[in-house]
Amino acid sequence: MATTFTKIASVAVGAGGAGTIAFSSIPSTYTDLVLKVSARTSATSPEMTITFNGTSASNTDRLLYNYAGTIGSNTSSPMRASVDISTQTASAFGNADIYVANYAGATNKSVSIEAVAESNSTTDAYQYLNAGLWSNTAAITTVTLTPVSGTFVQYSTATLYGISKS
Amino acid sequence: MTTAIEINCETGEVIERPLTADELKANEAAQAKAEADRLAAEAEAEAKAEAKAALLAKLGITADEAALLLG
Repeated sequence: MATTFTKIASVAVGAGGAGTIAFSSIPSTYTDLVLKVSARTSATSPEMTITFNGTSASNTDRLLYNYAGTIGSNTSSPMRASVDISTQTASAFGNADIYVANYAGATNKSVSIEAVAESNSTTDAYQYLNAGLWSNTAAITTVTLTPVSGTFVQYSTATLYGISKS
Repeated sequence: MTTAIEINCETGEVIERPLTADELKANEAAQAKAEADRLAAEAEAEAKAEAKAALLAKLGITADEAALLLG
């Protein structure tokens, strides 16, 4: 049972935008990691990918989705989460919670993701609920977020937290 | 120029730099795969919804009535 929630690092994207956001040299002193993201992209694909230690290999997920009213499930590689896009309500940002259990252990890594792209309107946006797997026994030291198209726009933020067991 | 933002969690240093050619290539490959997955899932879901609606229309019953039959 997690009892502490410690902020490791945080970033806000500046005026020039960002093609990727990466947290590197993540200390192995916590039990789990949580990455909280508020993001919008400059293009029209409503997703970002989540990769570890600089590779997208052996990185998959199964997700339940709502694509603007179309509901279903799918597998993807690498794992991904929804973000807001340029055609959605101005200044709205999508939210994503990415939980990585036992990130520093010598086993494959389970990841759970819940995300929503906000539209602030009467129409549906995008919601994702994912079960992810990174089939790699290395400790995670880097987490990278990459929009599927375009760049993260200014004021997008990402904050990495470490979770310690009791 | 596409910028990469890297936060070193040990030092707190934030580095903003151009993506390298290799990083751009890797990103493009991953992005293409993810976009193809999403488009395929959307197409599959829409096809299923259309097939379901067509079958209900053929049977002359509603979705709620079909659920009653199967329940």
